[in-house]
Amino acid sequence: MTRIGVYVCHCGGNISDTVNVEEVAQFASKLPDVVVVRSISHMCSESGQKAIMDDVREYKLDRIVVAACSPQFQGSTFEKTLIKAGLNPSMVEMANIREQSAWPHYKTPENATEKAKVLTAMAVERIRKTKPVEREAIKIGKNVLVIGGGIAGIQASLDLANAGFNVFLVEEKPTIGGHMAQLSRTFPTEDCASCILAPKMADVADHPNIHLLTYTEILDIYGSVGNFKVRLKQKPRYVDPDRCTACGECEKVCPVSVPDEFNLGMTARKAIYLPSPTAVPHAHVIDENACLGIVPLRCGLCEQACEANAINYDDTPKYINLDIDTIIVATGFEIFDVRKKPQYGYGRFQNVITALELERLIVEAAEGHFIRPIGKDIAFIQCVGSRDKQVGNLYCSRICCMYATKLASLLKRADPSRDVYIFYTDLRAYGKGFEEYYRKAQELGVKFIRGRPGELQEDPETKKVIVRVEDTLTRKIIEKKFDLVVLSVGLVPSKGTLKIAEMLKLPRSSDGFLKEAHPKFRPVDTPVEGVFVAGTAQGPKDIPDTVAQASAAAARAMAIMNRGELELSPIKAIVYEEKCDGCGECIEACPVDAIKLNGKASINAAICKGCGACISSCPRDAIDLKIFSNDEIMAEIEAALKDKKEGEHRILVFADDMCTYTLADGVGTAKLNYPSDIFIIRVPSSSRITPKMMIKAFELGADAIFLGECEEAVSPYSGTLKVIKENVEKARKALEEAGIEGGRIQYSSFVTVMFPKFVNIANRLHEIATKNEISEDKRRRLHKIEVVE
Amino acid sequence: MSEVIHIGKEENELLAKVEEISGEIVTLCEQCGICTTSCPMADDMDFTPAAIMHAVKTGDKAVLDSKAIWICASCFTCTVRCPRGIDLAKVTEALRQIHLRKNKDHINLEEVKEEELEEDLPPIAIVSALRKFTG
Repeated sequence: MTRIGVYVCHCGGNISDTVNVEEVAQFASKLPDVVVVRSISHMCSESGQKAIMDDVREYKLDRIVVAACSPQFQGSTFEKTLIKAGLNPSMVEMANIREQSAWPHYKTPENATEKAKVLTAMAVERIRKTKPVEREAIKIGKNVLVIGGGIAGIQASLDLANAGFNVFLVEEKPTIGGHMAQLSRTFPTEDCASCILAPKMADVADHPNIHLLTYTEILDIYGSVGNFKVRLKQKPRYVDPDRCTACGECEKVCPVSVPDEFNLGMTARKAIYLPSPTAVPHAHVIDENACLGIVPLRCGLCEQACEANAINYDDTPKYINLDIDTIIVATGFEIFDVRKKPQYGYGRFQNVITALELERLIVEAAEGHFIRPIGKDIAFIQCVGSRDKQVGNLYCSRICCMYATKLASLLKRADPSRDVYIFYTDLRAYGKGFEEYYRKAQELGVKFIRGRPGELQEDPETKKVIVRVEDTLTRKIIEKKFDLVVLSVGLVPSKGTLKIAEMLKLPRSSDGFLKEAHPKFRPVDTPVEGVFVAGTAQGPKDIPDTVAQASAAAARAMAIMNRGELELSPIKAIVYEEKCDGCGECIEACPVDAIKLNGKASINAAICKGCGACISSCPRDAIDLKIFSNDEIMAEIEAALKDKKEGEHRILVFADDMCTYTLADGVGTAKLNYPSDIFIIRVPSSSRITPKMMIKAFELGADAIFLGECEEAVSPYSGTLKVIKENVEKARKALEEAGIEGGRIQYSSFVTVMFPKFVNIANRLHEIATKNEISEDKRRRLHKIEVVE
Repeated sequence: MSEVIHIGKEENELLAKVEEISGEIVTLCEQCGICTTSCPMADDMDFTPAAIMHAVKTGDKAVLDSKAIWICASCFTCTVRCPRGIDLAKVTEALRQIHLRKNKDHINLEEVKEEELEEDLPPIAIVSALRKFTG
């Protein structure tokens, strides 16, 4: 037997000016298990909270209903009140009679009062079914894995290591430094890229808290926050980095030359080589695919030349296992493969190169002369592989306008007799100092022409590149022969980013880069707890943005690890083991891979996000949510439909907490009107509403049902919309079998500002619900229909 | 002296009509000009392909009387290269349709001289002329 206290709030007139609160209180006193009812001016005030605490003592209350504002607004206040009163914080339920009744229905006070009664009854019926939920916390240590040794990974590692955390920095190449190490200068300040990066790389190598693992690939990652199990394979270097002095004697004797990847194949390196001039670790490495000496015949020349005795042909891969608490993904980008735009002739025309190749040419030239002629007439073509539906990349790569401006400026300043053109569509100089830098380039005489060439041709004799482009400002076609055409290539997610995304089940946005947990408020969190993203793995960005994001990701990881434990959200799926027969259907349904089968399904609470998408997949009703349980939701549905009078209609709107419910609150706050026969039921995700629940609701008197969910781009879950669609289709089919229009069930996705869309849908639902009546006979028929789930 | 163009109802009607016939969203055009230098006929056009798109967007009816829309060979190179994914060939065809529906400016084939056929008239012009005749 439970003992419930109901508190109806006036909200200083916000509610009581429209809703007859005394009538609601009177109504509530007759509801089952209700022991005490009060109507109070401000429930959230100290006196309101004190009333609850006093009543808990005096009347031995074990459950509380507050009919007031939105649970999103004051829910946590009353949870704290309950803790102070010695009750479990789950034992309070709010009836949202302000945002969902007094405000949107202020023009029809009688309807608002009636609706407030029903909302209060729904809360009372629901709290009767609520079970206390203990908040779980898991232990978190101080080990962090940083994946990727570019500037993002370097910055995050240094921040974390300086704060005293244990960093494992994994890089697949034999040196850290990433793309930044390849660049000439950085825009808009024109700092020498490797000069500012090299000291940071050295700091990483020297830091006592950083375990640097270069030439290392990630084999797999299992587990969840606080308990990631990571398996690594470190490839053999065949050179002991502790002994190697990088004197280079070995290179002199090595007989094998192969293209140097650091210079994008424009120069050659030996089979034993220093990966970059500022490589960290600063040691040579043997390319086992090029070396003659490893197997089967021994060449051995480098071993003889090495005075430091650093070479070991018998080196083997090392397998390393790590226990990790949090992960920072800094897997970076690759440049767009320009061969996908054959009309620009890259690979066929010797004087068409990529901007990254020009970066290397400029760096190499600073140390002597150009490793290939670049000539006097130079053109840059912007947006190659970006903003181009034909190659599937709709996004802007954000850095190309400025790096082209930088490269053009460097060339023009070094030799003012050069004629340098930038062919652009829209010039985006949005960052700090960018516009001024653009102006400086124009001052230098770089010519910015607004137009994008359709194709390039090569003069067969001179090998010059013929550019034909429409100057879209004059409508004239410009034709000019250039000594060099530089393609300003866009950025695409790296293979490493795709691999780690798959391993960690990180969702990607439509551009292919990693998706944030929330695009505005959690920009460096991924939807996977304890996994953060930094740098271009999340999307194209320049170096300052990358560094800022890396520091942010490090701070977010610290925030979890510093506390030593992480309190998990109590909204989690649970398996009733006695009902589970281990069929495994739920494993497929889970969007985050939180369910494992050990004879029976078991849910990893650290991974589970509590969406409830698994519930409808279970043929034996063996899965439930701890909060928002089946019993609680059904109690709300029943209460919403109970005592429906002749001629009345009831429309149930299931609203996901993050978007639809927030939106409905916003609509109420804006005092926009919608029909008062709409009853909103809050759920973590509408995917937890099963077809059976929908059918049951119609049987009990619902006239229309709506399921609202976050738009995929902002959703805390991924893949729930698919589940909702499937569930709705199944329920519609069952409705139609009973002769009821399937269109009475609708669903859609929202972001929290779509006020007109919400109101339009509410009005349409009212139309759908009131157009025809559902006969009692048809509702009874539903009882016999089996819903396939 | 600069010409001032007032964009009003009539101009917007041209845009709406072209979008209706072509099924394409002309306002998507970002005026990059890739179409123009992809077009094998652009040198002979009075409106470059990009200019055609711009004229439709701003409702400049002069485009309906342009030679360009008849010079277009419908080779679709613009369509396969447009970074915004606009089917320019359909837009140009829509302009031709609007013109044809007015049912004017027919060519009398009998009046075309044989030597003109052999020398001056490019085959594409004859194809266009026949389209006009049958349209």
